[in-house]
Amino acid sequence: MIEAHGLTKRYGGKVAVDNLSFTVRPGVVTGFLGPNGAGKSTTMRMILGLDAPSAGQATVNGRRYTLHAAPLHEVGALLEARAVHHGRSGYDHLRALAATTGISRRRVDEVIDLVGLGEVAHKRVGGFSLGMGQRLGIASALLGDPATLILDEPVNGLDPEGILWIRTLLRRLAAEGRTVFVSSHLMSEMALTAEQLIIVGRGRLIADVPVADVVRGSSRPATRVRSPQADRLRDLLAGPDVTVTGDGTGVLDVHGLGGEAVGRIAARHGVTLYELTPVHVSLRRRRSWS
Amino acid sequence: MSAANVTANVTANVAVNVTGPRGTAGPAVDRHRVTQGRVLRSEWIKLWSLRSTVYTLVAAVVTTIGAGILLCAFLAGQAALPGSPHEALFDPAGASLRGVSLAQLAVGVLGVLLVTAEYSTGMIRATLSAVPRRLPVLWAKAGVFGVVAAVLMIAASAAAFLFGQAVLGERGTTLAADGVARAVAGAGLYLTVVGLLGVGLGFILRNTAGAVATLFGLLLVLPTLGEVLPAGWARHVVPYLPSNAGQVIMSVHPAPGDLAPWTGFAVFCGYAAATIAVAAVLLKRRDA
Repeated sequence: MIEAHGLTKRYGGKVAVDNLSFTVRPGVVTGFLGPNGAGKSTTMRMILGLDAPSAGQATVNGRRYTLHAAPLHEVGALLEARAVHHGRSGYDHLRALAATTGISRRRVDEVIDLVGLGEVAHKRVGGFSLGMGQRLGIASALLGDPATLILDEPVNGLDPEGILWIRTLLRRLAAEGRTVFVSSHLMSEMALTAEQLIIVGRGRLIADVPVADVVRGSSRPATRVRSPQADRLRDLLAGPDVTVTGDGTGVLDVHGLGGEAVGRIAARHGVTLYELTPVHVSLRRRRSWS
Repeated sequence: MSAANVTANVTANVAVNVTGPRGTAGPAVDRHRVTQGRVLRSEWIKLWSLRSTVYTLVAAVVTTIGAGILLCAFLAGQAALPGSPHEALFDPAGASLRGVSLAQLAVGVLGVLLVTAEYSTGMIRATLSAVPRRLPVLWAKAGVFGVVAAVLMIAASAAAFLFGQAVLGERGTTLAADGVARAVAGAGLYLTVVGLLGVGLGFILRNTAGAVATLFGLLLVLPTLGEVLPAGWARHVVPYLPSNAGQVIMSVHPAPGDLAPWTGFAVFCGYAAATIAVAAVLLKRRDA
């Protein structure tokens, strides 16, 4: 459980995070969505006690992060892919972090296997690909078996296979009852991974809603229909909230009506249909914050 | 504090076999609190898991010994002039310890790098999220490096002295002679404190180039500037400059006007302590 109360960060006259309040609950993946520069990373750093808030506060599992006696067991964090000294091996990096709170070497080996870095763990991190760096970051986040995970842009720079891996991992971690807080600037990614969304823009809270609501609200129903009587159908479908576009080959794109409505109207007027397809408007094209 | 907080506090403070939610965790992970001892262990692992650290330490040791031997060999080749006033000033211990002035570059840079490399790579954020109270990291870095540098550099000074005296032959001296043992150990101690000064400056400036430049500005440039002061002032300023004060401990017969050996060393330690104190305040207050 992460709670932010009026979290604010000012740099000189510039406000990076502006009076943010939200709660991140256990058991679901919560997406932290906003364009680059919206204050996501700053917020995460304030939650972890790396940056001091100008006002407000954040607590993790009921107390400020810095007051936890064994922080790695409370929160695992992936802040930047390469918050690692390049000259050290992944194994030694994890071992040094683990040592601060007495985590065994056995556990270090476990998380290395868990993220699939077994073969390269003893090589210097400087030679790691971006994807391997992300995996190492996730391994360090999981070291202390924390109930809360904070991951800043974990899919950045990953190949499709890596993205799928992270998605599955995050859902599994949430299903185990953990609090999983993941930032991203990609709505499409969050729509696939998260269940709850905290959306920020210019440091302010824009929405704190279930992903399903955003997906539904982000597009009017749209339907692609093919008919030998396309012109007649176009007239029948016309209405104040409906736009119909056609390419002259018998295919119509109908915005504002779902497949059921289009099918009913066609049947009522005896219009033959060859095809009736619901169309999802890509969320990526809707950047409500920009 | 609520009852829930109290419970959380107790479980966190006692090592118990509690795991978080199961699954990805694998077997139970023991939960221990962060202690100064564990942070020291972490810094120990960090120090020895970087090749560059090991190479730099080796370079410091080799330089101390090698430069001492070379200088002694050069001096041994010169004819001694028994009874000349020049010969009376000859300091065989000092000659064999002359490598310190080169080794301080390696040790000082290493002290700086232990800290600034964490800032330049972003590692500091991982370090400080593991130890959010922060100060244990500073104490651990200074502690681990201080002990390692002291052990290695005192040993290196002793080796430089012994080899150097062997090369000097009958012009050499022994550890039993007045002030010699203090000078030999003092050479290692001086290098250690140079390194600690580097650690402190690293935390203050968080930038390798800036911290290295500042460190050697203090140690090498300041004494040169001190020489252009009017004589009346110089007497009260020059002996107290960091490297002048710190290096008296390495000379068997301090020059007139120098501080007493241990007094000078205490002044030098004072500079390092003040630097580390400033570093502690800034580390605690600044955003990581």
